[in-house]
Amino acid sequence: MAVTAQTTKLDARKLRADFPIFEQTFHGKPLAFLDSAASSQKPRQMLDAMREFYETSYANVHRGVYQLAERATAALEGSREKVRELLNAPAAREVIFLRNATEGLNLVAYAWGLNNLGPGDIVLVTELEHHSNWVPWQYMAKKTGAEFRMLPLDEHGELDLGALDEAADGGNVKVVATGLVSNSLGTINPVEKLVAWAHERGAIFVCDAAQAAPHMTVDVQALGCDFLAISGHKMCGPSGIGAVWGRAELLERMEPFLLGGHMIRSVRFEGTTWGELPHKFEAGTAPMAEAVGFAAAIDYLHGIGFDAISAHEHELVSYALDRLAEVPGLTTYGPPADRRAGIVSFNFDDIHPHDVAQILDLEGVAIRAGHHCCQPLMQKLGVAATNRASFYLYTLPEEIDQLVDGLHKVKKVFA
Amino acid sequence: MSDGLDSLYREIILDHYKNPRGHGVIESADAEAEGQNPLCGDEVSIYVAFGEDGETIDEVKFSGRGCAISQAATSMLTEMVQGRTATEVATLDKDELLEEIGIPLTPVRLKCAMLGLTTLKVALHKAKGTPLPEGIAGFDELDLK
Repeated sequence: MAVTAQTTKLDARKLRADFPIFEQTFHGKPLAFLDSAASSQKPRQMLDAMREFYETSYANVHRGVYQLAERATAALEGSREKVRELLNAPAAREVIFLRNATEGLNLVAYAWGLNNLGPGDIVLVTELEHHSNWVPWQYMAKKTGAEFRMLPLDEHGELDLGALDEAADGGNVKVVATGLVSNSLGTINPVEKLVAWAHERGAIFVCDAAQAAPHMTVDVQALGCDFLAISGHKMCGPSGIGAVWGRAELLERMEPFLLGGHMIRSVRFEGTTWGELPHKFEAGTAPMAEAVGFAAAIDYLHGIGFDAISAHEHELVSYALDRLAEVPGLTTYGPPADRRAGIVSFNFDDIHPHDVAQILDLEGVAIRAGHHCCQPLMQKLGVAATNRASFYLYTLPEEIDQLVDGLHKVKKVFA
Repeated sequence: MSDGLDSLYREIILDHYKNPRGHGVIESADAEAEGQNPLCGDEVSIYVAFGEDGETIDEVKFSGRGCAISQAATSMLTEMVQGRTATEVATLDKDELLEEIGIPLTPVRLKCAMLGLTTLKVALHKAKGTPLPEGIAGFDELDLK
């Protein structure tokens, strides 16, 4: 592979002008939006692409024989090709559009899990998982009689790979489900190692890349995983569109997840046969405009470069960890800056995160307060909730300053 | 301090938060329940002791963890329901508590403020069969299917 070209630094101040949301003030103050890990803001380029599709190319896709329907179909399938390219997937037919990563992970849990799990099998998740890659597996294990197990974290908030063999003890590991980047701590997980371990045992590896895909190059072939799910809304795309990629040989052997229109080959009273990939898994009218928006978002991100985005976030995280260390009584969670994406979770004295976030809001600072859909992790940390500040390509260092200034105000109220 | 802050975290809220009334546990309580706020994972347990008539609330205590709004609201609630009957409290209008709290609450924070009252109503339901409150998500111990 070529590479080693100097990463061009991104200009967040310039990019910010692409995002109409920043044109307003909140409580009379400029918005310091530090909640991109929950969902990113939207660039005008993406919004324009969706509008243009509705205005010039909209009709229901596939079966229509008129020109407009063909144009819409080409747009949808072009978007699928964009996602394939983003993930370096071998084939576009392995890319299935759904509402979001959660729906993609449910597809795998149901359509693969229901027919492949049973008593004596082990489903292994981690203590770091988002509920989206945890709850479906817990449920499916219960439904099939398989055993549900959890790989613990070490004291640095990183997966304890030393505990892997113990986690496999006395059973047949069939699924390992792990996120590439933790939405809560920002930890970048050593997925390649976990994939190798899973495959040694004949297990499949299901990767939740919802939090990774906005920030770094995600290559399903390099990772070696079997399924991988992403959400458009976290990466400058619209809400309501995500994708799951799966190996064709697995997808072909699976039964459908949702049933109805479009996903069939033939429907008879005696029985129904399924369509080809990816259609077998795409019942009903597709989220066409959302797919077009998703593709435009991917173009936008490629225009900036994932290396530049990663580098920018890395700088912001280092800066944030330094600035937050200046605040007395503040505890941050998670690994050092070089092993995490643009996310910092913290607690502030014994002040409840809801109260911290509420006071910060009045200072124009938007952070998330809660369990971040990671209750098993919160239990491990011994807290009910944390504050989470997260960064993206449009985040400026002064927004982190605004956060730190706001925290001093919080301290005053609760002194 | 800005106006927004002043009205949200007014003195009485911070006072109840820092010095909660009725904080603690009643051993062998006549009624008790545990509630969770699914938005933030907060938990509160409520304990009730009835008077000799078995109807009038003699003492209410609460434990658990939560934000200033949920803790202050629950603290105020313990003072508010003292001396009322289970039936009265089961139908206590949430606006009565909101008036006492006296601050503007967004829908998310409303859930924080209502956690104690909802949990108390569940405790009374379990002990006395009084009507359940609206919005009982999070009360796993109840078989509500």
